[in-house]
Amino acid sequence: MINNTKSGMSLIVRTVTGLVVCFIMLFGIYIILHGHLSPGGGFAGGVMVALSFVLLVLAFGKDASAARLSKNLASNLESVGALMFLGIALMGFAQGSFFRNVLGKGSHFDLFSAGTIPLSNIAIGLKVAVGLFAIFLALVILEKFKEGK
Amino acid sequence: MSGINIIPLFVVIPLGAAFLISLFGKFIRRFADIAAFVTSLGLLACSVRLMILLQNTPGKLLIYKIGGWAPPFGICLVIDGLSMFILFIINLIGFFVTVYSIAYMEKYTDKAKFFTLFSLMICGMNGAVITGDIFNLFVFLEIASIASYALVAFGTGHEELEASFKYAIMGSVASCFIFMAIAFLYGFTSTLNMADMARVLSYKQGNLFVPFVGVLFLMGFGLKSALMPFHAWLPDAHSSAPAPISAMLSGVLIKALGVYSLLRIFFNILGSTQVFLSALMFLSVISIIVGGVLSLSQWNLKRLMAYSSIGQIGYILLGIGLGTPLGIFGAMFHLLNHSVMKSLLFLTAGSIDHAGGGRDLREMSGIAKHMPFTAKANMIASMAVSGIPPFSGFFSKLIIIVACIQKGHIGYGVCAVIGSILTLSAFMKVQKFVFFGEVKDNLKNIKEAPWLMKFSMGGLALLCIVGGLMLLPSMRFFISDAVQVITKGTSYSSIILEAVSK
Amino acid sequence: MGLYFLCIILFCVGLYGVLRKRNIVKIIIGLAIMNYSISMFFVLLGYKFNGRAPIESQDQTIANMVDPLPQALVLTSIVIALAVMALLIAIAIRIYDRYGTFDITKIKRLRG
Repeated sequence: MINNTKSGMSLIVRTVTGLVVCFIMLFGIYIILHGHLSPGGGFAGGVMVALSFVLLVLAFGKDASAARLSKNLASNLESVGALMFLGIALMGFAQGSFFRNVLGKGSHFDLFSAGTIPLSNIAIGLKVAVGLFAIFLALVILEKFKEGK
Repeated sequence: MSGINIIPLFVVIPLGAAFLISLFGKFIRRFADIAAFVTSLGLLACSVRLMILLQNTPGKLLIYKIGGWAPPFGICLVIDGLSMFILFIINLIGFFVTVYSIAYMEKYTDKAKFFTLFSLMICGMNGAVITGDIFNLFVFLEIASIASYALVAFGTGHEELEASFKYAIMGSVASCFIFMAIAFLYGFTSTLNMADMARVLSYKQGNLFVPFVGVLFLMGFGLKSALMPFHAWLPDAHSSAPAPISAMLSGVLIKALGVYSLLRIFFNILGSTQVFLSALMFLSVISIIVGGVLSLSQWNLKRLMAYSSIGQIGYILLGIGLGTPLGIFGAMFHLLNHSVMKSLLFLTAGSIDHAGGGRDLREMSGIAKHMPFTAKANMIASMAVSGIPPFSGFFSKLIIIVACIQKGHIGYGVCAVIGSILTLSAFMKVQKFVFFGEVKDNLKNIKEAPWLMKFSMGGLALLCIVGGLMLLPSMRFFISDAVQVITKGTSYSSIILEAVSK
Repeated sequence: MGLYFLCIILFCVGLYGVLRKRNIVKIIIGLAIMNYSISMFFVLLGYKFNGRAPIESQDQTIANMVDPLPQALVLTSIVIALAVMALLIAIAIRIYDRYGTFDITKIKRLRG
């Protein structure tokens, strides 16, 4: 992963990024999963996961993103995340009304409790993470402007 | 889907369709067109079904609690006469514009993204009119507004980007004012449900508080509905956008987000005082005159129509500002008519643009020879907007002017008549320069519009002609239900709270 | 009370930026300041004196928590502000490609 090409930043930044980026993503996933127990939830955790990808692109240059998460894959995953959230909300129809919490509630302060809330957090976290990274790619890695529409 | 469970579908169907189109539109050819068509047809069918359901319910009120949580802890969706009225207009115009844009957007790249944004805009508008919670209204308002900023910039030409930037900045400043007003209201009443808020405001006395929040809301929602001092974004945005988006923005968005929210907040939550109604009438009369005068001097076809939109919104708000049941009836009727007429006008302008005619009045002439269908549709819409009998626009303007004179505001009535004359002259200018006269050289080869576009234009023209039939006693329920909700004022809250606790 | 006035002053600073600055990026920054100042005002509305964070945990009692509802609403509002700013910046980049400048007094092709 430690390349010698001219793109990206200096050797110190690349080494440290290579060691640290997995922990950033892991921390982001922790925040997403514990959304019903501690502050955070889908959006905050999703932003952290997106930032781990952004850190990769900043440290290693533009090509680091295309291999791992290209713009098309990011766009598709974003729609999948939104459809997952909509599916969870529609599951509520099984017990009466839209968006009802239909799974088992479990006991307080457990990780697997609170019904559909952790699932919603995961769907939102996926959508926000991939969506923010797609925005970053679209703004930073622009195709060259061609004349005319 | 039985009974009351149909209500969340108005938000679920466009949202699901938007992301399905975004996901599959790239792989399967024609998927975007078919999915968008099925979505809008489904929404139209749902709104007809909901209207029948509402008419059969005693009390004409449907309440849906999301997740089973009772308000004020949960969000409830409330369908009464006013919501049903605007919901039906949104889905009807949305259906016609979707059919039109299947043919029109062939000239742009990436139709899948267009239909994604379009479905998101419809989802936002639908959600804003059915919700009963004020912060939920703000969120759906933002969804629809952001989708419309992106849609105005869709072609990424010079003017579209500039217009979209102006529109986005002004719209965001307005949303900031609305958010600030919601923050003040929450701090004062400590609840977010609209009915509960009205109940708390009725017994908690805050002398300067309600006018202050009222001014903030007037600024925010006045910009969204293009009231006079806040109209500066409308000519640029509506004239640079692609034609179906102009039709949707001018025909539906400024009414569903702007006028509906003003009605809901000022009549049902804050309570309408005479000061506010007089201010609204004054601003709307200025809108009528300025919109009429400025539309006369334009040489760009769509810009002329956009300025005329400002004038017609002035008529609607003049009727509302009168406060009498007849005035509000005229305003609601004019809202329905103007949606249909202005959408038809923008769609015909788009059809001329699509065939290669351009948008400048000085470079077009004699189009009626080669495009007879478009010419007839434009003539019908122009006559309706100017208020010529027997088209629908005549009846609604007449009711508003009669209501003005009944209340004693002779000056405002005279201004309304002058505005009507100015509108007539602006559209006669359009007819002369665009359709009649010699055919110019560069226009000799233009063809008529494709059949999908003709279907939309024909459907809307038919609605223009038969719109006057809305005044028949058997059909009048559609508008008078909406009027009843508005004139009931703040007692709306006690009805909803009672129905919720049952 | 003083804190609320400070938030409104920050809002006015943002509004000044939107109204008077000539560079597109400065206008966008002014809009961001407006959004964040209103979010801060909204969160401050829920504060109680000597209140603690509204997190339920096993060893602490449910007493004297600040209001958690504004915090949830402000979370939504920050996401909305993020989306608007991403769109505005994308439009600003395209405007720079087309017009060659960020100065709004020179981006004036639509007149009348």
